[in-house]
Amino acid sequence: MSVVAFWVLGVLAVTSGVLVFRFDSMARATFSLLTSLLCVGGELIVLGLDYLGIVTVLMMTIEMAIMAVFMIMFMMNPAGLMPMTMTHNTRGAGFLCAVVFALLVTGVLLVPWPPRRGTAPPDPTADLGLSLMGPHMLTMTTLGMALFATIVSSVVLATRRGRYDRYGDDLRATRPDDPVRGGVGR
Amino acid sequence: MADDAPLWVVLVVPAGLAVLVWAVAAVDAGPSGSGRRALALLVQQRRMVRASDVPLVRLGTGLLPVAAVLAAAVVPLGFRAVGDLPDGIVWFNAMEALAWAAVWLTGWGPNSTLSLIGGYRFLAQGLAYELPHMLAITTAALGGESLRVGAVVEAQDGVWFALWMPVAFGIYLSSALAMAFWGPFDQPVGTDTAGGAAVELCGVERLLFLGGRWLLFVVSAAFAVPLFLGGGNGPLLPGWAWTGIKTAAVLAFLLWVRRRMPTVRTERYVEVAWVVLTPLAVAQALVVALVVLGR
Repeated sequence: MSVVAFWVLGVLAVTSGVLVFRFDSMARATFSLLTSLLCVGGELIVLGLDYLGIVTVLMMTIEMAIMAVFMIMFMMNPAGLMPMTMTHNTRGAGFLCAVVFALLVTGVLLVPWPPRRGTAPPDPTADLGLSLMGPHMLTMTTLGMALFATIVSSVVLATRRGRYDRYGDDLRATRPDDPVRGGVGR
Repeated sequence: MADDAPLWVVLVVPAGLAVLVWAVAAVDAGPSGSGRRALALLVQQRRMVRASDVPLVRLGTGLLPVAAVLAAAVVPLGFRAVGDLPDGIVWFNAMEALAWAAVWLTGWGPNSTLSLIGGYRFLAQGLAYELPHMLAITTAALGGESLRVGAVVEAQDGVWFALWMPVAFGIYLSSALAMAFWGPFDQPVGTDTAGGAAVELCGVERLLFLGGRWLLFVVSAAFAVPLFLGGGNGPLLPGWAWTGIKTAAVLAFLLWVRRRMPTVRTERYVEVAWVVLTPLAVAQALVVALVVLGR
């Protein structure tokens, strides 16, 4: 059963991954990529990593939905109404892909994989959380804050309207001058 | 811990859900009835906008009810769920996320401006409700000290989570409405855009989309019971009866709210969600975490 699921999901993941480059519509390409990633999530569940698999499904769905918006905003021909191709520099890319594939396969075949020691833990999720977070809690927290600060500062830098536009040159306006009012009544 | 139901239940659950949704929709529609309209949609003539992306529309409309039924797999009736997964709460959230993709696809596919506006509105609204919503269900998981829905129900044997996590409960209820783009959050299918994401749908596709929306609404309302209202716990009556009574109460309350509240504009809701709801949800999670640590 799980062997069948493994192969079906694997073939589906590769097929929809290839289709990303066959479609000429951004929406189709995005959701083909999402299908591929969902199959990878399913693959993780089949391998017994339930939590990682389900989180992959959750994160990838939301991420690809938002990504669709950006792809359509910035790419030419988003609806595929005009002829275009998703592949560029086919010869160079093909050569690079072949080399990477050969390297990976050689690695898979040559690495001395360790045999399994002991049995699977009763709750892999808890063990994963402990090994990720246990001794490295400080690192994770610092990293999280640094990432969050990066997001906030890049948004602040990217926004066209700054505080001088909103509160006037001396920053004395009691109400910000916004084109669209928000819901908090500011 | 909730028991897994026998395998044949997998076949019964979608049918049972359909009957439940039909009943709730009929009560909501009143004497005008919803059944006749549903039957009319089944035989309606198909029409398609020129240059619409038909496969994407079919995928979007079909995905909505499928996501709702898959989410229902971890919702226990009494103390039995189709599958009481070790990560059931994350599973529920992941299946809800599929609805995001479904609504956007339905908005994009028909090559129509109004439906596209509806799809984009849902993404904006979804981004705003998803974070407080995730924090609210994480808070319930924190209280139960498990991602397993059965363990969360078990932890509410004495006191319901709704009593000592009122903020998380309130945020969950509001996001249950937002998830199904109902009632104050119905801008994605608003009348100002002639029906938004659903404007070009007809026939079976319209039935699947609107029916899937009902399913999503009923399932997310029902999930409030194991998360915050003690699941099947209660005196005298058996577990399944308590689940039924509590689910009916949540549904009745949400339908009442939908009738009482005017539509909230997406851009206003976005600011409220980021500036008010998210910090409130974080504070609620902090309180619960401190209580759990002190136990």
